[in-house]
Amino acid sequence: MSEKIATLTDASFDEHVRSSDVPVLVDFWAEWCGPCKMIAPVLEEIAAEQAGKLEVAKLNIDDNLDVTRRFDVMSIPTLILFKAGEPAARIVGAKGKGQLLQELSPHL
Amino acid sequence: MTEHRQVVVVGSGPAGLTASIYAGRAQLSPLVVEGEPSSTGDQPGGQLMLTTEVENFPGFVEGIMGPELMQAFREQAARFGTDYVTAKVSRVDLASRPFGLWVGDPGAAEPTYTAEALIVATGAKALMLGVPGEERLLGYGVSTCATCDGFFFRGKEIAVVGGGDTALEEALFLTRFADSVTIIHRRGELRASKVMQQRALDHQKITFRWHSSVVEVQGDTTVSGVRVRDTRTGDEEDLAVAGLFVAIGHQPNTDLFKGQLAMEDTGYLVTTDGTRTNVEGVFACGDVQDHRYRQAITAAGSGCMAAIDAERWLEERHAGAA
Repeated sequence: MSEKIATLTDASFDEHVRSSDVPVLVDFWAEWCGPCKMIAPVLEEIAAEQAGKLEVAKLNIDDNLDVTRRFDVMSIPTLILFKAGEPAARIVGAKGKGQLLQELSPHL
Repeated sequence: MTEHRQVVVVGSGPAGLTASIYAGRAQLSPLVVEGEPSSTGDQPGGQLMLTTEVENFPGFVEGIMGPELMQAFREQAARFGTDYVTAKVSRVDLASRPFGLWVGDPGAAEPTYTAEALIVATGAKALMLGVPGEERLLGYGVSTCATCDGFFFRGKEIAVVGGGDTALEEALFLTRFADSVTIIHRRGELRASKVMQQRALDHQKITFRWHSSVVEVQGDTTVSGVRVRDTRTGDEEDLAVAGLFVAIGHQPNTDLFKGQLAMEDTGYLVTTDGTRTNVEGVFACGDVQDHRYRQAITAAGSGCMAAIDAERWLEERHAGAA
């Protein structure tokens, strides 16, 4: 399932979120963040179930500080939904699948 | 379809998982409703999932990481036949027998699970200050999880509110990143353990602001400062900080049981005669019923008690019915 989740970097981020035909949900995460690990399986499920309507991508904040700073990410996990390259919604903190889908649904 | 269980455990911190180890070994094949991901303390694995090093859990000479400890608890309970469901209970019916538990739609006609005995181990989560700016800037400099967010404050000046062990642990952890950490505390003394106090008082990057409370969090898009009030004189002053970590205590996760289980004014469940609640067959353990000790080891101990109490209660009931 995890092949559905792209790994973004400072170098690939702009091109990737701009060129996508569907909204891209970017997971700002790090290896040392417990709640980030908790939501990883949830995001894999969402990526599989919403395929064609939504793309899920990950950005490791340790290695990609430019994008992290550009969007003022100061807490992880932070999920930002990009539509045509622009942030459309933002979810801070770990949440369950039901609540994530509820917060995302108006934007899909 | 309603699934029937002899024992359902709600919550998966040290209390809930220890109860499951004991209930599993008593061949009661418990089901644990473990909660959902969160960043405030009510997530699967409980509050230890947001900590780093646990130094006071017996058996780990060099300490152990909180999430690692909870993973071991979970696997140990699974080994004895515990099943897990990653969800939150949305409603309980403790007036009917067996008890009814709903997951998902609380309006559904039939409960998702029924249980002969119920062990409540829903724990506690971080309290917020409830001051202007706090909610708006949560995730933009306001944080309840130092281990999650400390990284973003490298080279910055930050503040921690609170005076207990959690506040000092967070402050000490944050010194790895921040240039300075100011601990804002409303009293003139700390309630934290002596060893933590000494470490914080000795630390060069940590300063204390005694007799002070935070009355406002300031900043347009991210935190730029906090307004602090002297609790004795009422004088207010602005403190320039880029981050505010809130560690002022916890509230029990008992909303689900309001009107059904006896609780104190503060929301903590009342237990008597071991882990019994006012409803026969419902047992409570861990932080949800303990605002006094609130340790992983006391939670685990009371989880063990709850499982033994539940097992004996089920036995007596079956013996009476035979």
